[in-house]
Amino acid sequence: MADRPDNSAARKSNKPALALHVPEPKYRPGDEVDYSHLDIPAAGAQPRPDEASDPKDMLDFAYGLVRVLGEDNRAHGAWDPKLDPDTLRTMLHNMALVRAFDDRMFRGQRQGKTSFYMKCTGEEATSVAASMALASDDMVFPSYRQQGILIARGYPIIEMINQIYSNKGDKLKGRQLPIMYSSREHSFFSISGNLATQTPQAVGWAMASAIKGDSRIAATWVGEGSTAEGDFHSACTFATVYNAPVILNVINNQWAISSFSGFAGADRTTFAARALGYGLAGLRVDGNDALACYAAQQWAANRARANAGPTLIEYFTYRAEGHSTSDDPTGYRSAQEREEWPLGDPIMRLKNHLIEIGEWDEERQEKMDLECAERVKAATKEAEKNGILGHGLHHPFHTMFEDVYEELPWHLEEQAEQAIRERKIKWPESHPMDEAGK
Amino acid sequence: MSAQVKGQAAAEASSERRLNMIEAINDALDIMLERDPDVIVMGEDVGYFGGVFRCTAGLQEKHGKTRVFDTPISECGIIGVAVGMGAYGLRPVPEIQFADYIYPGLDQLISEAARLRYRSANDYIAPMTVRSPFGGGIFGGQTHSQSPEAIFTHVSGLKTVIPSTPYDAKGLLISAIEDNDPVIFFEPKRIYNGPFSGYYDKPVEPWKKHPQSAVPEGYYKIPLGKARKVTEGDAMTILAYGTMVHVVESVCREKGVNAEILDLRTLVPLDIEAIEASVEKTGRCLIVHEATRTSGFGAELSALVTERCFYHLEAPVERVTGFDTPYPHSLEWAYFPGPVRIGDAIDKILSE
Repeated sequence: MADRPDNSAARKSNKPALALHVPEPKYRPGDEVDYSHLDIPAAGAQPRPDEASDPKDMLDFAYGLVRVLGEDNRAHGAWDPKLDPDTLRTMLHNMALVRAFDDRMFRGQRQGKTSFYMKCTGEEATSVAASMALASDDMVFPSYRQQGILIARGYPIIEMINQIYSNKGDKLKGRQLPIMYSSREHSFFSISGNLATQTPQAVGWAMASAIKGDSRIAATWVGEGSTAEGDFHSACTFATVYNAPVILNVINNQWAISSFSGFAGADRTTFAARALGYGLAGLRVDGNDALACYAAQQWAANRARANAGPTLIEYFTYRAEGHSTSDDPTGYRSAQEREEWPLGDPIMRLKNHLIEIGEWDEERQEKMDLECAERVKAATKEAEKNGILGHGLHHPFHTMFEDVYEELPWHLEEQAEQAIRERKIKWPESHPMDEAGK
Repeated sequence: MSAQVKGQAAAEASSERRLNMIEAINDALDIMLERDPDVIVMGEDVGYFGGVFRCTAGLQEKHGKTRVFDTPISECGIIGVAVGMGAYGLRPVPEIQFADYIYPGLDQLISEAARLRYRSANDYIAPMTVRSPFGGGIFGGQTHSQSPEAIFTHVSGLKTVIPSTPYDAKGLLISAIEDNDPVIFFEPKRIYNGPFSGYYDKPVEPWKKHPQSAVPEGYYKIPLGKARKVTEGDAMTILAYGTMVHVVESVCREKGVNAEILDLRTLVPLDIEAIEASVEKTGRCLIVHEATRTSGFGAELSALVTERCFYHLEAPVERVTGFDTPYPHSLEWAYFPGPVRIGDAIDKILSE
């Protein structure tokens, strides 16, 4: 009786046989890429619904694509946020700085200065432009590829590098994997390595803000792959149940390490359409169009601030680089995907727009790129004075035991004494800072 | 004078108000909702209805719908939003309806709430008290009877508290709510309405006859990490918590064993000083819990006593626990570590 079920009789029946669908991406390494199946509407084609709209009246927005910047490099339609040239230049600068930062940090990892890095190449608009549409004290709960938010909020890049190097200057005391930043001062929540956990947390923060009659809202970012986590479902449920002032940003960059978006359900529907079943407002946006990213976030922020409800936004974009420094995408996808990506590059598109409206030129762009690279280089040099990973300039041993609890319990105090004893045996010539900090 | 002694003295002096554990928990929540506008109570059925065990009865009506409210049936969501609320600055007190239901919330507890202070270097904290009824003896079957405390004591960053009396439940819950670290607060549901002798076929004795049901009005705290000496004795030390404190007490009384019973009250942080002092005095140690045996908290206690008190021991440390099976429904009382199993272990220790 305890043996496994015998299904042979059922399998021999003359009823139609069932078949399992295992998703498969359109292109694998070496394949020629053709994106003609993607339905990409012209910029400006979408109307802009009222921010207090009933989600039932917004069904098309979950399947369409909000676009502002056209092939002609001009801003089109009702979603144009009509930003002044200074703001546009700041946006462009922030995105260029993110890219320069990514390039330098990636190289730093290859040079052995740290263990790990993650670039956001091609996705800069989804964090930079989107976060610029929020108030600076709106609380953000990012995933791991939103360094653009910190840069847009003016977080010192030397602090980012200290964190990446896990050195003695690292404000997180060398405890976290590189890029898992945290800054309460910048209303930027501590990044977790466990995916999608930040989504119900953002909803909880927003609920708290509403309980207290505050005016600040919360926004969270999550990859399309990890929308499959139960946490995301919980986040959507709690958001709609309590009408929480929150924005759920889903970055659909097509790839979750080597698993294409089909493994999160993209073979069947859009990620913005997830909103519909929950009664959330859903928007699907061109994630490589900085103006569309800004406009969508602004729409959702206005909606949340007016107690009109939460919004789920899908940013349709492309992860131009590997998942991380530990990943090699040539092993699972066609290199042509990036080259052929029909929505272009977010920095190029915004640059071309500024040039088109007579507020920018190639010369200034070149100068800005150079300045960004120099700025990152100088910050890197400064951060290296605090040490690089594995070269001794870490925080004192006792810090390993601090902040597990508010107060050190007896068992951790005993273990701290043991670690310090071991240090004296392993490294008899101790570092002065270890002496100072026990 | 300790807060506890003060509180008891106050109770004796005043009206001798008697509460069962449910009322004591309700009282603690009421007081904290009143004292601290950042405290909120949420969970499945805790709002209008007042909780399936009535621990939150009347609180929504008194404190309002945005302070005490029902949640979706999603333990992951309940703990997840509590982390976010803590980051905002609130002190959420989420209820998980049964400890057996807590598992969908484990990632949010273990990877998030417990680790937030550490990973952010004190930038963000997750002050929350997760209340949850636990333990068996109520014919709850395997999904309404488990004692999963060892899962949580294994997680650095979490505190685990288990009261055994109405007086302690109130004082410990107030301490837990005011604590700036996440606390798992397991309420032994078998003794919600009265202490338990271990004889399931005898009528339930109500709390009002027990001295620890004298629960003073108003605010008082029992510090986390301090054990309670239930009985003074020299024959052996018995370490227990929750329901088993009462079972052990009744077995000792019945057998005429002069044991020193320590109610641990808090598993993490543990009152190691009280344990060491008692075992050094008695030279014998029995550990009793209802949870399954392998990798149970008794294993940790046994190791600590052996490591730290070895030269004072006159007999091997013994553990009495539930069996390593799921909690059976019809054979509940064969599973439960009742008077026979405890009595055998006491005899064995005394025979050494």
